[in-house]
Amino acid sequence: MLLLNKDQITSWLNKLIPAYQVFAPVKEGDYFCFQQIRSGEQAVLNYTNSRIPPKEILFPRSEKLFCYRCETGGVQLTEQVDESKKVVVGVRPCDAKSFLLLDKVFNGDQYVDPYYLTRRNNTVLVGLGCNQPAATCFCTSLSGGPFSAEGLDLLFVDIGDQYLVEVVTERGKELLSGMELPVAGQEAQEAARAVKESAVCSTLVDLGGLKYRLDVNFDDPIWALLAEKCLGCAACTYTCPTCHCFDIVDEAAGKEGCRIRNWDACMFPLFTLHGSGHNPRPTGKERFRQRIMHKFKYFVDNYGTIACVGCGRCILSCPVNLDIRQVIEQISQAGGDQQ
Amino acid sequence: MRELTGAIQETAERLLRDKEVELVVGFAAGSLPLRNTPCFIRRPHEAQNLVWGYGCENNLAVFLRRRPEKLAVVAKGCDSRSIVELIKENQINREKLVIIGVPCRGMIDRRKVNRLLAGKELLEAEVNDGQVRLKGRDFQETVLLEQLLHDSCLTCPHPNPVLYDILLGEPVPAKGADSRSKAGEVDWEAKAPAEKRAYLFAELSRCIRCYACRQACPMCFCEECFADCSVPEWLSRSSLNVQDNVFFQAVRVIHLAGRCVDCGACDRACPMGINLHVLTSKMTKDVQEVFGYTAGVSLEEKPPLAAPISLT
Repeated sequence: MLLLNKDQITSWLNKLIPAYQVFAPVKEGDYFCFQQIRSGEQAVLNYTNSRIPPKEILFPRSEKLFCYRCETGGVQLTEQVDESKKVVVGVRPCDAKSFLLLDKVFNGDQYVDPYYLTRRNNTVLVGLGCNQPAATCFCTSLSGGPFSAEGLDLLFVDIGDQYLVEVVTERGKELLSGMELPVAGQEAQEAARAVKESAVCSTLVDLGGLKYRLDVNFDDPIWALLAEKCLGCAACTYTCPTCHCFDIVDEAAGKEGCRIRNWDACMFPLFTLHGSGHNPRPTGKERFRQRIMHKFKYFVDNYGTIACVGCGRCILSCPVNLDIRQVIEQISQAGGDQQ
Repeated sequence: MRELTGAIQETAERLLRDKEVELVVGFAAGSLPLRNTPCFIRRPHEAQNLVWGYGCENNLAVFLRRRPEKLAVVAKGCDSRSIVELIKENQINREKLVIIGVPCRGMIDRRKVNRLLAGKELLEAEVNDGQVRLKGRDFQETVLLEQLLHDSCLTCPHPNPVLYDILLGEPVPAKGADSRSKAGEVDWEAKAPAEKRAYLFAELSRCIRCYACRQACPMCFCEECFADCSVPEWLSRSSLNVQDNVFFQAVRVIHLAGRCVDCGACDRACPMGINLHVLTSKMTKDVQEVFGYTAGVSLEEKPPLAAPISLT
């Protein structure tokens, strides 16, 4: 474990910027978001969390897969794989965990996504532990924690004027080369322990009976009731660090164009609308059920883990205050007498 | 507020018990401070879940289109005006709707609260006598309610329901013309065209195309939104295309001309905090100036685009 003074952060980031694309939390309007920074001073590390999760660095809202041009001899294709080296600074442990979940989808046994994977392999994640989890945070209910180093290369623990730096991987260690950071002494380690102990997630969500219910409640009338106030927007899915559905379109003009991948959301009617006009998820009920099922049942069936990290973003961004914690509770309770 | 909550519960309970309606749409306590959440009540004893507060920020008219059952809705001024427009557009059957009107003192803008707290987390809040007490882990602050209300509420000319079957509570005074200056709004008219463009591009560079604005709007009910249309594709699907984000919002707002009551529901729904009110307020103002029409105040008056054009 090493020690980094807070006033060294700017110079450290400035050192990284020529060699990497460096992303850090930046204030945009009323919220924070991860942006590529040109100078270390732009990074703001005393933030709660970003409104849009850092997944957009590896899985952008919109990205060109390839471009094409029709010429007399045939079609000219240009691949658009992003091979730049990146560092993301200030990643919260919940978001770090989300990358491990996204890996299962984009780097699975059946499918390997070169666009995501190339970025992923070229990206170093520098985490920032959460001294004060928000009231909407529930990472500990999903086997995460405010100081979990899972999925990170480095983890910073804020102990006042300094960060205690936990070196998790070799890649992380490389980022600090040339910094000559001192090893954390007894006092600093003690301070870090105290910070970790006082960081409590006050919200606990009981997920014990949920999967059991979801295995059998596909036709339960509860779905219509739960979905009733849902407006059918994508505020929850687009601010979710684990949602990963996308749509592919061609944007072309004349003889050239690009194939583009955009985020898509199961909450939109268009998501499952067939060319025939038939829609297997015709109303908000089916679409809302899909979102919950995908996170808490299908993902578990496919990969053995829940596709939620407890970051609480969907709770904060839902325009009708449809709270995932209450949804989980209601589904679980609806089956209480049958277990 | 407590009296209004009691009156709403009582009214809803009675309507359900007497089988006058099958459903009451209103607000329940939310899961976050200063937040209420839309709720759907079907059994008389559940009426006790209904509340009234400064977090009843959604326009409930969005839930009323083409419902099969007879229902009641708790409507503040702006909700009632959207209901009027929806009736005129044949989206609501007046015979099947009981409007429980509630005079509105404005709703609290949680973004203003967050700005005030500058990063500190709000854990509890209480509104009393025009003052809001905000509490967090290591702080407690008292702020004037007026400072925290939505801009659209501060300038609201119709806080009282314009159409109702039952009116609960005392009517509240409408805001005067001078209220606009109090709202601290962006002074749109004072901007040069290039500044307007720059402002909109900066705001809509944050747009993620989640369409929360469209979904929260009672008047956005096209069978197929032009933004979803693929043949022809009117605009890029990519939210990184800021010009098309502006194009989407501009067309959406223009499409609402003469129908939008400037309730602010779209602005509140935006998870990215984009100032959409600047567009809707300009548009409603223009409709008033050009056509002399205020949306949602009268069932009889024809909407400007449906009325014959006078060339005199």
